[in-house]
Amino acid sequence: MSSIALAPAGRRMRALARAELALLGRNRGVVFTALAVPLVLPFTVRPALDRMEPAKSGLPVGGAMATAAIGFSFLFAVYTSLVNTYVARREELVLKRLRTGELSDTEILTGTALPAVALGLAQALLLSVACGVLLHTGAPRAPYLTVLGLVSGLVLSPALAALTAAVTRSVESGQVTALPLVFVSMVGSGIAVPAGLLPDRIASVCALLPLSGPMRLVGAGWTGRLDSYELLGALVSALAWCLVAVFAVRRWFRWEPRR
Amino acid sequence: MDANEHVMEITDLRRVYAGGFEAVRGITFHVKRGEVFALLGTNGAGKTSTVEVIEGLSPPASGRVRVLGRDPYTERAAVRPRTGVMLQEGGFPAELTVAETVRMWAGCVSGARPEGEVLHLVGLGGRAGVRVKQLSGGERRRLDLALALLGDPEVLFLDEPTTGLDAEGRRDTWDLVRALRDGGTTVLLTTHYLDEAEGLADRLAILHDGRIATTGTPAEVTAAQPARISFRLPDGYFLGDLPPLAELGVCGHEVDGGVVRLRTRELQRTATGVLTWAERSGVVLSGLDARSASLEEAFLGIAREQEVMA
Repeated sequence: MSSIALAPAGRRMRALARAELALLGRNRGVVFTALAVPLVLPFTVRPALDRMEPAKSGLPVGGAMATAAIGFSFLFAVYTSLVNTYVARREELVLKRLRTGELSDTEILTGTALPAVALGLAQALLLSVACGVLLHTGAPRAPYLTVLGLVSGLVLSPALAALTAAVTRSVESGQVTALPLVFVSMVGSGIAVPAGLLPDRIASVCALLPLSGPMRLVGAGWTGRLDSYELLGALVSALAWCLVAVFAVRRWFRWEPRR
Repeated sequence: MDANEHVMEITDLRRVYAGGFEAVRGITFHVKRGEVFALLGTNGAGKTSTVEVIEGLSPPASGRVRVLGRDPYTERAAVRPRTGVMLQEGGFPAELTVAETVRMWAGCVSGARPEGEVLHLVGLGGRAGVRVKQLSGGERRRLDLALALLGDPEVLFLDEPTTGLDAEGRRDTWDLVRALRDGGTTVLLTTHYLDEAEGLADRLAILHDGRIATTGTPAEVTAAQPARISFRLPDGYFLGDLPPLAELGVCGHEVDGGVVRLRTRELQRTATGVLTWAERSGVVLSGLDARSASLEEAFLGIAREQEVMA
């Protein structure tokens, strides 16, 4: 039964994703932010990383940069670009139209997100390889942690984008409403500032931020050092945020413009 | 297929918006299989608010809606493969081409017709490579219709399908709707064009202020309304110069400038009386116009009645 039901759902989401991919290619602003920012920003934080004695954070410079790069992919290739996409499709009444068809609400949001998620994933892999080769970071010591981090980050980022879209009235205001999560995550979730460098008390609060769990898993993938207690904490936090975000989207997402 | 099967059953439907505005205030009607049913009304009468609930886009505030025997909102997955919806406006990404838009939608419906066939059907065959943002308003309506028809639906919702179309485009759309009806498709149509409802609908309901003011076949609805005679009296003549209006069978009248409008349920008797009087008195009635009730009179009559009541 489930495989019979899944095949058409997959076909529908593929059709939607294909159209979204064409649209993504035609929106230069979004493509620039999604591609350039995660590629350039990690290098701008490198001097800071060098000065902050990354040894203290337990992460070599290459690993810290690759982690930062993956975080920037979550934030810019996926989160920010999807806030833009969800709001634009809602305001163009595309989401309303899609809801008149056979797609379920989940399929609509997932299909729309697929190109951005694929872009984020490709970027994360590319940057990891680049850092591994150019900065001699080598392969992750605990690849399963990297995979867990990537998967949870790539599920959570679109859900957070849908949630942000719910409180965003126009594509233009999306440039403002997306900022709080971007800043908070960059500072508090171990993206621009390695988590190990934060004072303990602040660090324990920041560990509760939405992207902290996925980022911690990604970071630990490089070192392979994460005791089971920490692993459990990161996993539970990532899973809890996914559940909360999905629930909140189902409850508060807006499918039509306000009149 | 049972011709008397009710494809849509709407019972005491109400819809209330978040601000508390009650757009639909208790509507009941049904649509039989293979029928074209029109919801007619002025802007703000509640047509789109009603149709959106029947399409399953929103739940009703109260009342019962069944489409093909199921609740279109809670049983969405069961109903949608059998319905096609043409929304009142847009809903296309501006940067996709016509062909890309149709291909996307074709991937989202079960049993899609060939994409080229549908575009040809609505007269967009030559525009496949054009971006949606470059289409005219009328072409967008046709694209909308193409998507609604793509899954070869049993039930078709058309929300103001010809708004923005030129005369030829409207006729093409009407021919298409008639052909679909002849093929067994059930159609729920909203329009504010009276000739459209009169020409296409098997039955219709006139909505006013969120309620059904009258319903029936176009003939039934117009039969309830009086016929109309209007003419201009020459200078120096007044309404009082005519024979007593009651004797002519007139049931209502207005004088606007020099133009006299009479309403009657006995058009022949009234017309004969007026013309005989004019002949005997040597009066020329310029702008003489006598016509049976049309849907337009019915429509205006209902709006007038409701205003008097309010």
